[in-house]
Amino acid sequence: MAQYSQTHFDASFGALSDATRRGVLEQLGRADASITALAERFHMTLTGMKKHVGVLEQAGLVSTEKVGRVRTCKLGLRGLEEEAAWIERYRQLWAARFDELDIVVEEFKRKEKANGRKKRK
Amino acid sequence: MDVRRESEATPTKNRTGVERKSERELVVTRTVNAPARLVFEAWTKAELFRRWWVPKSYGLTLLSCEMDVRVGGQYRLVFRHEDSTMEFFGTYLEVTPHSRLVWTNEEGDNGKTVTTVTFDENAGKTLLVVHDRYPSKEALDSGSTGAMPEALDQLDELLASLGSSSVTK
Repeated sequence: MAQYSQTHFDASFGALSDATRRGVLEQLGRADASITALAERFHMTLTGMKKHVGVLEQAGLVSTEKVGRVRTCKLGLRGLEEEAAWIERYRQLWAARFDELDIVVEEFKRKEKANGRKKRK
Repeated sequence: MDVRRESEATPTKNRTGVERKSERELVVTRTVNAPARLVFEAWTKAELFRRWWVPKSYGLTLLSCEMDVRVGGQYRLVFRHEDSTMEFFGTYLEVTPHSRLVWTNEEGDNGKTVTTVTFDENAGKTLLVVHDRYPSKEALDSGSTGAMPEALDQLDELLASLGSSSVTK
């Protein structure tokens, strides 16, 4: 875990903890958009959307560029690979555990069935 | 019902979901093809629990597993990994047969992690939801407490190799 930058990690997860911000990332995954367009799309004020974009930008998930009077947002260069890898590792531990739990439970079920048959006789 | 041989795993692998609910919470879900009564036993009887809690592929040996499953009761797991041993221990806070288990992990330095497991039976299957609440986001990120062993760094390599060899005996 030491190889991950803790600060970056916190910023990313903080940024992702909000439904609107996840929606914005999804949206930007499809196409770049101006803050005005995003505000309209998510039914919020320009100020509110600016704040959300700011959080995403700080986490490196989004980058913005101002051309004339329009600020355009696009997905940042920093991807979600580290976070995804971290979660995936955790998932693998549990998946391995549960696969063994399945075996234990199946065996248990068979034993109970066998005992039940014995009792009925 | 199931005509496969005993040595084979369940025919349809159920999916394990993981979601980071907040900076301090992780939630794992999985459906088990058995009634809640049986699944609950597998979580509360030490002789069953010790058979699945530590996946064989992780290179850990469970030296002892004591579980006093009642409110206020303690559990203690001792593992060996290569030359070192590690201990996990805590207290059961809630024990509701066949539906809910809550316990603490107290081995970490940064406070207690609280694990809540719910067993939700539907049509003979049980949905398991394992909810970990860490004392701080740092504790979660470093994986130093709770369900993740403290010697996580040592496990990294093992974990990495797990993906490539999904069928270890």
